Amino acid sequence: MSKKLRVIAGVAGAVLAASLLAALPAEAASKANSATSAKSVGGLNKLIVLAKAEKELNVIALPPDWANWGEIIPAFEKKYGIKVNSANPDGSSAEEIAAVKALKGQDRQPDVVDVGLPFAVQGAAEGLFAPYKVSTWNDLPKGTKQAGGKWFFDYGGYIAIGYDTLKVSPAPTSLKGLLNAAYKGQVALNGNPTKSGAAFAGVFATALANGGSLNSVGKGLDFWKQMKKIGNFIPVEATPATVQSGQTPITLDWDYLQGKYSKESAGKVNWKVVVPSDAIYGGFYAQAVVKDSPHPAAARLWQEFLYSDEGQNLFLKGGARPIRLPAMQASGTANATYLANLPVLPAGSNPLFANLRQILAAKDVIGKRWGTL
Amino acid sequence: MTLTPKLGPGLGFGLGVVAFYFLMPLVSAFEFSARGAGNVYSLEAYGRIASQYGFKDVILLTTRLVFVTVFLTILIMVPTVTWVHLKAKKLRRLIEFISLLPLVIPPVVLVLGVLATMPNYLKGTPMLLALEYVMLAMPYTFRALDAGLGAIDVRTLVDAARGLGSPWHTVFMRIIAPNIRSAIFGSIFLTVALVLGEYTMASLMLWETFPTWIATVGQSEATLAVALSIFSLAFAWVLLLALSAVERRQKGRK
Amino acid sequence: MTPAEMRADVAAATGGNSGRGSYRRLLRASNTYIGLLPFFVYSAIFLALPTARVAFLAFRDQDDHWTLSNIFESFHGVYLLSFQRSIQLSLVSAITGAIFGFIAAYAITVSKIGFLRRIVQTASGVFANTGGVPLAFMFIATIGTYGLVTKGLKLVGIDLYKGGWTLFTFTGLILVYLYFQIPLMVIVILPAIDGLRLEWREAAATLGASKQQFWRYIAGPILLPPFTGALLLLFANSFAAYATAAALTSGTIPLVPIQIGSLVSGNVIADEANLGYALGLGMILIIGFVMTGYAILQRRTAKWLS
Repeated sequence: MSKKLRVIAGVAGAVLAASLLAALPAEAASKANSATSAKSVGGLNKLIVLAKAEKELNVIALPPDWANWGEIIPAFEKKYGIKVNSANPDGSSAEEIAAVKALKGQDRQPDVVDVGLPFAVQGAAEGLFAPYKVSTWNDLPKGTKQAGGKWFFDYGGYIAIGYDTLKVSPAPTSLKGLLNAAYKGQVALNGNPTKSGAAFAGVFATALANGGSLNSVGKGLDFWKQMKKIGNFIPVEATPATVQSGQTPITLDWDYLQGKYSKESAGKVNWKVVVPSDAIYGGFYAQAVVKDSPHPAAARLWQEFLYSDEGQNLFLKGGARPIRLPAMQASGTANATYLANLPVLPAGSNPLFANLRQILAAKDVIGKRWGTL
Repeated sequence: MTLTPKLGPGLGFGLGVVAFYFLMPLVSAFEFSARGAGNVYSLEAYGRIASQYGFKDVILLTTRLVFVTVFLTILIMVPTVTWVHLKAKKLRRLIEFISLLPLVIPPVVLVLGVLATMPNYLKGTPMLLALEYVMLAMPYTFRALDAGLGAIDVRTLVDAARGLGSPWHTVFMRIIAPNIRSAIFGSIFLTVALVLGEYTMASLMLWETFPTWIATVGQSEATLAVALSIFSLAFAWVLLLALSAVERRQKGRK
Repeated sequence: MTPAEMRADVAAATGGNSGRGSYRRLLRASNTYIGLLPFFVYSAIFLALPTARVAFLAFRDQDDHWTLSNIFESFHGVYLLSFQRSIQLSLVSAITGAIFGFIAAYAITVSKIGFLRRIVQTASGVFANTGGVPLAFMFIATIGTYGLVTKGLKLVGIDLYKGGWTLFTFTGLILVYLYFQIPLMVIVILPAIDGLRLEWREAAATLGASKQQFWRYIAGPILLPPFTGALLLLFANSFAAYATAAALTSGTIPLVPIQIGSLVSGNVIADEANLGYALGLGMILIIGFVMTGYAILQRRTAKWLS
């Protein structure tokens, strides 16, 4: 036994030592590091050359089945011959910021992030992001970008109701209508609104439907309290598995995720998506370039790609609404097929978006009250 | 009172209930994972597991992690707990408290502390995970070894062996280890299962281990996700059964 | 085996009787500690250091100044409630888990069926580490609103959900937690039960001891310390469990780890990580209290048993 153990010890020790040696320090940054636009390195073609020389790009928290990242990443790899290292695809915004800080100076540090608004603002305030303006910068409406280019919205969507027609009757059309006793034990959110962005938006949407406003999310909490009391709300986190197995017959979620559910669950449940008639709440995610990251040129090229017609149409294909959509519709470059696949907005509806101040205020209210519903 | 206690009908019934409780959730999940479109049943999802992108790399890295974690755990914990029983009974409570802490500090908090304090060369290698898994396994390994050593008279055994002139490593290999075999294997079981199931640390340190890989692969498809989680339980179990077979062989040899 | 430990052993041979003089006392103290050095050094680097960093941050505000507000806030409002709920959940799931786990472990030892023991022991290792979204899904698929067992029971006329009970309540969570608590108990208590030789029971019976006497005077004193120790482990295990409850209840049952998750690794709350660290510190404190209570309890029971 002792001989065998010694062999095992030797192997384990060697594995450990080899792994420790394999961790090499990061390389020096290229001149793309301080580029604030493609122009400042000598144009897009020059940026492509620099990016190709870097060979790799580190992205984080981009789930393949979310807003079509699963297609966007390979498209970028193929077009430029740059390998994309996709880390922690399930990660949250907070984890993205944490990784950027913790891995500073390492070749594994994320080059770009895709975060919710409060985190974009936090990261910019903490000096984590480098200013960069994509070539299509002027298409981004005011209020959807940080004036200096530290962050900028990339895609978004609306809160929509998804339901399984095999289990749910009558078909829901409004958020208030979810209080119908017929939906007992059927309605779920995409997680905890103090943690999940989609659930947070779900509570916000119901606040709008329940007589609240972007400034008073409390009505949304009243709504869910009532839902819980009458037994309609099942507080389980809706996942593709719960949807497809029919355990969460009604869910509130971003429309671009609902669309995916209906595709994937074909043949098991009959998933329909409807944008509620009584309130439309929308939200966007933001891109940012990490300051002094290991692949500065590739990071900037990634942004150019995402905000090109090609990149924006790929978001559209995934059911998300790219930020340049209005401009692209005006110029006729938005893909008509993908556009037609988006859920239809009820006539005369008016989508609402919360600003940072409203989001922060709502976060406090939900944080205090959600646990005591 | 019976002379030799046997498995009575009461205990048998109890075990049946326990078995139902533990197996039913697996059965339900399995039922879903095998249900295809149009409610046709097949094991098609399981057939696709090994062909998923990155499977080999992930298994390789995870196996390395298991190996290093178990090795370090045994290397540190067996002498430590033995020492506590031999010479430092008074410190037992302190050691127990320390060994409980990794369980209590939420992994998400601990990992942020780790990332903030560890040097860059450690953060650049997945083996940092193994080094931390030794800590995470400590609550279980300490308790299992402590219980095992508590059940034997360590002092007498060691004194006798030392009195006969055995060197320390012989004492450990031939006296202590065989007597607390079930405790050692119990702690190995838990350590292996922990490494095969730990998600939070691996994902926050941005390494692709078996559990994070499962989450990623399973994301695109619910059936595959559930199939993968059942597969990982089965995989861990088979691995532990193999370990347990090794234990039996050792016992037989004695 | 380190050289230090060997040296210490040589010294220990003479260390039994009372030593006068500071040198000998020092030597004896170092004898006690030196074998534990690897453990202490390892824990210091990989546990104490990161924890100290987090504890430090609990006393800092967002602008990196000293503050007590995180600590203050962590014991008020919804966070206080979370501590209460977490403690309740951990107590109930630890006690039930320990009892069922003990019975199961005892049963398989007594049965002397070798393969049963191996299967249970290995399966326990696996089950003890289940959790998170997969475990939540397994239970939803079993006794959720549309679970297999729920549907099966409906066929024979039993409606689980009629009385207002759901899987997503406190008792529902307990039911799910037992899925990893019982196996953990089995694993940690088996070695102790092994120590209780079956021959002793026979010997006791031969000498005319009753079942009660056997448990009161022989099995009890041997098993009580490991049992309470395991209870403590189960308490801590459930106290820190996070992902399962998060996936099942989405925070509608406020638990400390869930609050921490929202504060330090979410998509909604951006700038309150330090409050999350303060909550983590609070969890360590509570386990410290529980440990102290446990130490006193063990000392008392040791007296009572002897």
